[in-house]
Amino acid sequence: MDLTWSRAEQAFRDECRTWLVEHVPTEPLPSGDTRDGFFQHVEWEKQLFDARWSVVSWPREYGGRDASLWEWLIFEEEYYRAGAPQRVTQNGIFLLAPTLFEFGSHEQKERFLPRMAAADDLWCQGWSEPNAGSDLAGIKSRAWRDDEFGGWRVTGQKTWTTRGAFCNWLFGLFRTDLEAERHRGLTYLLVPLDAPGVTVRGVGRLDGDEGFAEVFFEDVFVPDDCVLGDTNQGWGVAMATTSSERGLTLRSPGRFTAVVDRLVDLARRTGADRDPRWRDAITKAWIDAEAYRLYTLADVTSLVEGQSPGARSSLNKLWWSELDVRIHELALELLGPMAELAPHAGRAVDRGAWMKGFQFALAGPIYAGTNEIQRNVVAERVLGLPRK
Amino acid sequence: MRFAFTEDQLLFRDAVRELLVKECPPEHVRAAWDNDRSHSPEIWAALAGMGVVGLTAPESAGGMGLGELDLVLLLEETGRVALPEPLVETGAVAIPLLGEVEADVAAVWLARAAAGDAIVATSFDNSLVLDADVCDVLLAFERNRIALVDARHIDLERQASIDGARHLFEARWAAKDASVLADGATAGELTSRAFDRGALGTAAQLIGLAERLLAVTVEYVQEREQFGAPIGSFQAIKHHLADALLAVEFAKPLVHRAAYSVAFHLATSSRDVSMAKAAASDASLTVARHALQCHGAIAYTVEYDLHMWMKRVWALAGAWGDAPWHRRRVAERVLGPDPAD
Repeated sequence: MDLTWSRAEQAFRDECRTWLVEHVPTEPLPSGDTRDGFFQHVEWEKQLFDARWSVVSWPREYGGRDASLWEWLIFEEEYYRAGAPQRVTQNGIFLLAPTLFEFGSHEQKERFLPRMAAADDLWCQGWSEPNAGSDLAGIKSRAWRDDEFGGWRVTGQKTWTTRGAFCNWLFGLFRTDLEAERHRGLTYLLVPLDAPGVTVRGVGRLDGDEGFAEVFFEDVFVPDDCVLGDTNQGWGVAMATTSSERGLTLRSPGRFTAVVDRLVDLARRTGADRDPRWRDAITKAWIDAEAYRLYTLADVTSLVEGQSPGARSSLNKLWWSELDVRIHELALELLGPMAELAPHAGRAVDRGAWMKGFQFALAGPIYAGTNEIQRNVVAERVLGLPRK
Repeated sequence: MRFAFTEDQLLFRDAVRELLVKECPPEHVRAAWDNDRSHSPEIWAALAGMGVVGLTAPESAGGMGLGELDLVLLLEETGRVALPEPLVETGAVAIPLLGEVEADVAAVWLARAAAGDAIVATSFDNSLVLDADVCDVLLAFERNRIALVDARHIDLERQASIDGARHLFEARWAAKDASVLADGATAGELTSRAFDRGALGTAAQLIGLAERLLAVTVEYVQEREQFGAPIGSFQAIKHHLADALLAVEFAKPLVHRAAYSVAFHLATSSRDVSMAKAAASDASLTVARHALQCHGAIAYTVEYDLHMWMKRVWALAGAWGDAPWHRRRVAERVLGPDPAD
């Protein structure tokens, strides 16, 4: 066991920190889940890309730095510590990209990865449908073979598509074989949202932002070079992505260690740091964030040594999503009657960020597979309990 | 950066696990409830023979010259079988302390303890003493003073624990019978380190206990049938056990990190030990609760073994500082001095 960083890793941390201190906007950007805010965030992404910070763990040829998983963790720690803007590109760079690296053809990688890294293409995820949420294999959106033009014709609907109203590409699962059993007969398609037949309708989210979208497909042509992996093998391809989503790439520990430090700061400002009840509750949250950081260090050690986390990534998702809710609930209690103030209210503390963060945290136990499903996965695949 | 144990550490753990599964089955723990003494000279000798008791003693004193990182996994194993022995007291606390003081008398007891020939009990500010009836010498941590008291000079009064395999005593002795090993600021510093090692060792035992409770419950819910199906196929049961696993899996890295901090004398040792003990206490209480609930009424009997592990959890969750006590220590590092002090 060695819990120290090497000199090279320390130097990498210093380089991240220095760049972030110089470049992170001093005035927070408007929410990236609003139309204006989104495009300001895209400008920030381009700044990150120009300095090779947008996809540090990717190979250099695609715009990354070939950073190790350890360096990626360091980058994330520094990113959140610096209070840098939310990553509106995350569905592409963290969820689709690992799948593209694993299943994409050489041409697909060349075509999609550099533009994703540069935030030239903006990707959203097309998983859920009106009647397929936790039961993802129940999706009904269909794709018919079009041999004449060499591709697929898609008809159906996706929903709860995060930032779907602002993105230009969608990756998702579509039913290509009606005869096959539920999990078979699905194909992973990359769909340009400017194609004829696509209609996107924004939906206001719980926090008021237009972050959600419904996406309708009416005989939309998707060429063969936009099929990821093999026809009818989409389920396996998609599972590789959901494992990244639940696991550390979507919500790295740096995010939570930074937010508990901000909670400590809030406690000092509100005087809660002198009250034994608050001290206990805040310390508990702080320890829980530290536990997540250490759990991740152990996970990354196994990954680096060639083991795969598999279903254990469901434990990871349960922990961070429920920790995030606890931290924000605590912050709202510290704020008391000020908690309800909206971001633009003159007396709002921290521009209403805690209530905003609370509402966002409440989505955590729902997206990326509800926590009820995750608990089933843990019980069945880690503990070995019978499915039926 | 590498947050994992070495192959050797894992192999040693496996060997100790194998020994304990054989030597300390539930019947042995049950016997410790009924017998006058919980201590078994045979098991102690076997552990000493493998080097477990004297693990942290220097080789010159007959030990293995290893540290907390090597010991922590072994203590998890002793927790897993609810071993009724004062191994945290003798092995994790007394032996390292005896190696840290200059007194000749300490060197004598260190060699005897490392060889498995002497049991050293511990007391902090007159706390109750585990297995004082079988100890050869008592290591007493008092205010600014650390002393050794020969067992012949100690008056004992049993204080029954709800865990019948934990034999606790109120111990009294005359000041003239105590040989002082350290005093003043040195004693304060050594006491703080010794206490941290005890809390860390106990946290490790709680992790082992929690894993045992979970494993037994996972087995039970696959056998027990109601409504024509194993109850482990019901979502309500699955969610109980997923929560139990979640609690243990996120307490464990805190315990392993604390072992690292103590082994390398890091400035954050006390904070890290407190995070570990707070998390291990909470996690094991959580697991015990889920284990009882998933078993139902059978676990509410003393005929079924589960109660022995639950009661050990309840005892150890409070021993060496309970979760709120340890969080108060962490809070001083995170939020600044406690205004109540």
